[in-house]
Amino acid sequence: MTDFADIWSYLSREPLIWLTTTLAAYAVGDACFRAANRAPIVNPVLIAVILLGSLLWLTGTPYATYFAGAQFVHFLLGPATVALAVPLALNIHRLQRALLPVIAALLAGSLAAMASALAIAKAFGADHALLATLAPKSVTAPVAIGISDSLGGSPTLTAVLVILTGITGAVIATPLLNLLRLKDWRARGFATGTASHGIGTARAFQVNPVAGAFAGLGMALNAILTALLAPWVLGFF
Amino acid sequence: MILAMTLLLAFQLAGEGLSRSLALPVPGPVIGMVAMTLCLVLSPRFLALMRPLCEGLLSHLSLLFVPAGVGVIGHLTALGAMGPGLALAIVVSTAVAIAVGALTFTAVAKLTGSEATDD
Repeated sequence: MTDFADIWSYLSREPLIWLTTTLAAYAVGDACFRAANRAPIVNPVLIAVILLGSLLWLTGTPYATYFAGAQFVHFLLGPATVALAVPLALNIHRLQRALLPVIAALLAGSLAAMASALAIAKAFGADHALLATLAPKSVTAPVAIGISDSLGGSPTLTAVLVILTGITGAVIATPLLNLLRLKDWRARGFATGTASHGIGTARAFQVNPVAGAFAGLGMALNAILTALLAPWVLGFF
Repeated sequence: MILAMTLLLAFQLAGEGLSRSLALPVPGPVIGMVAMTLCLVLSPRFLALMRPLCEGLLSHLSLLFVPAGVGVIGHLTALGAMGPGLALAIVVSTAVAIAVGALTFTAVAKLTGSEATDD
């Protein structure tokens, strides 16, 4: 009989095991989320990340080995971004009616995200390179990395800050917007997508389809706007 | 299903091609999304074809962020001494951006008479 160590050393090198554990960890996260009556603090991404991070640490597995399996899930981010076209097209009449609120909220949300983050980091003594790394953190990862790189920041660290911003937005959006007594799903979704890109958009879809469509729009528009505004805003700090 | 998947990937591919060849600051999938939205609005048949696949993919959008999220854990120490400052900057700025964005949207919607309707 082959011993466990041999089986493990074979399986741990194959993509299958980490693809399976990624889906299993997400299934656990999603089950917790449903069991908690969809409370935003019980975020399925956060739970899955903590479970998988602990598992990698316990088994001494390098991230590159994990990613060889998980890349199949990661790959779908691109097609899923394109797929946001469907909710946008289904809500096109709402978007046309809300053109002015969309433009105003985009400018206000995008500038507020950058200016407040840079002001706080600067107060803590961040240097110019770190501010450049932080500036695009509200934007979807591929765009944020490009912006950070062109401004002289650290793309790797930007990716980390982007994910943390997304999870923060997904967790705080619902309680914060309830506190402000805002009931317009368009406003709630759009602001969440603008401030916390795809992870916020995923959260918005869990709550309401109109909020999801507007969040997808906010994410896309802020990716474009931040690319244009980040160098200018950074000049003030 | 195969046709819809092929078309979805083709829009992403066209977006990537355009983004790279013109050195645009916007990534390929976002360009693909904008182009596909235009096509979906113009053709109800195309919308009917793409809808099941795209809605299926989007219903588990959160899952797709898990591999990148796991990558973050290894880099948390890279935040170093700036960790607390950056954490505060992220939490406060995200809250401010959501509040400012949503309040602005609602205020301008009221001013321009495009308030939400339950249609």
